[in-house]
Amino acid sequence: MRITNHPILNFPEDRKRLTFVFNGKKILAFEGDSIASALHAAGYRMLSQSLKLHKPRGFFCAIGKCSSCEMEVDGVPNVKTCLEPVQEGMVVKSQLGWGTFPVRPKKRVYHRVKIPVKQVEVAVVGAGPAGLSAAIEAARHGARALLLDENHRIGGQLIKQTHMFFGSKEHYAKVRGIDIGTKLAEQCRDLAVEIAADCSVIGYFHPHELAAIEANRLLKVQAQKVIIACGASENMLSFEGNDLPGVYGAGGIQTLMNVYGVMPARRILMVGAGNIGVIVSYQLLQAGVDVVAVVEAAPTIGAYQVHASKLVRCGTPILTSHSIKQAYGVESVEGVTIVRLNENWEEIPGSEQELDVDAVCLAVGLNPAAELFFQAGCKMSFIPELGGNVVWHDENMQTSVEGLYVAGDVAGIEEASSAMLEGRLAGLSAVESLKTTTTVIQQQKEQIRQGLHALRTGPFGEKIRIGEKKMREANPA
Amino acid sequence: MITDDTIICRCEDISYKDVVDAIDMGMSTVAEIKRAIRAGMGPCQGRTCGRLIAQIISQKTGKPIAEVWMPSFRPPLKTVPLKVLAGVDDVEVER
Repeated sequence: MRITNHPILNFPEDRKRLTFVFNGKKILAFEGDSIASALHAAGYRMLSQSLKLHKPRGFFCAIGKCSSCEMEVDGVPNVKTCLEPVQEGMVVKSQLGWGTFPVRPKKRVYHRVKIPVKQVEVAVVGAGPAGLSAAIEAARHGARALLLDENHRIGGQLIKQTHMFFGSKEHYAKVRGIDIGTKLAEQCRDLAVEIAADCSVIGYFHPHELAAIEANRLLKVQAQKVIIACGASENMLSFEGNDLPGVYGAGGIQTLMNVYGVMPARRILMVGAGNIGVIVSYQLLQAGVDVVAVVEAAPTIGAYQVHASKLVRCGTPILTSHSIKQAYGVESVEGVTIVRLNENWEEIPGSEQELDVDAVCLAVGLNPAAELFFQAGCKMSFIPELGGNVVWHDENMQTSVEGLYVAGDVAGIEEASSAMLEGRLAGLSAVESLKTTTTVIQQQKEQIRQGLHALRTGPFGEKIRIGEKKMREANPA
Repeated sequence: MITDDTIICRCEDISYKDVVDAIDMGMSTVAEIKRAIRAGMGPCQGRTCGRLIAQIISQKTGKPIAEVWMPSFRPPLKTVPLKVLAGVDDVEVER
């Protein structure tokens, strides 16, 4: 089902229509749809079947990380259909496990690949709020910057954030995330930042070389400074039925409804009452989905009160000390059981409750996508307050590897407002060590540090403050 | 709630019981579990299950998560068609 009426977003009916074939059936799509979003709109949530048990599989993350959306497209198995755009006449098939190797009536001739090399002063990996901000500052101060992102549209998670930001005016308060993304992307273009979208970085090699895949070609990037701002992936939760199609991450839900204009469900259960859970619940209501309840294992609501109150006023109950016990269904979610928890977070027998929903949204935290830092041999430490394994970094966002910087959620899970500040700080620090420092740069850095400090004061910033302190104290080896 | 059949690694269809059995056999890090039962070796490379497995090991052995979860991520970070790395030209042949 498509969203036809939305208070903020507009999905025009007169977009170009495309058709493709799914398991022998003709499917209608709009130009710009991914294969998975078009299939969801047509009511197909089970995309493939699992390797050994042949269980139904459908996507969880919708950003190319969970790999549960892999299907056979035009004879090629293991295509991530959440990222792959629909093209007219495509033939898409469900695959079993790893799929089958394509047999072609052609002879294959292999040859040594010539790898093009791109040399830049500053390479930025990830074009979300942090990466865009880093590239802008680097370019503004005269560095030749290259911005790489694996997605078709740059902006990272901002492209699906329909809510208005908090904070002060300089942190884009009262501006919607989607509009911030557009503004930052425009600034990048004005400053002649070279933008490589649809370009996945697949490896880091010393010193400051990146391997990337662009349009099915290998690309080598040699940079003097590298800033990695590649974000995070969503946490999974263990419960019976957690692998059923219809169990989504909060980001996956946002992608479906706010990027593609597809209704993710009719009735949904939200798991997690932190800011993401509560904000996405409200966005679901705006899209016309019935949010049956929000369950939260902790005894208190983690989200800002203004967000939580807004949701409760709309009639969605937030059940604290509650968790999901089970999701069930044949091909996808058909219902769930929730259960009350005691003060030791154990299930209370007899407190089970059945809910009639056709989807579950998990908003149970994010995990920094720190893979490239592990490859670079950076000092890492596991810090629960920052979301998982994070890279050690100093006041300039520089890691234990000289010339390699970090910014945004991959430096520790926080908000987009702080990601933008961290990105600017990393961009300025990189350009400063590349060229020379100026009083202007030093003043800006000082202002940004004060801004970050302001965002992290108060009770909501406490976790981040503790995490940052732990990270700093883990000395770089 | 976790049951024996709850799927932990969805790429490789590894259940909670599979993970617990491996721990009972002496595996005590995410990397050992991966080598023993392939959990985290599928196309998502442990992005979905790595943390869950670390939590299970931590609960069962009493070791802190930081000690049991030391991932190594070799390039390529995501699935890449072989033709990109090998360089291939398709040539029409008579059959």
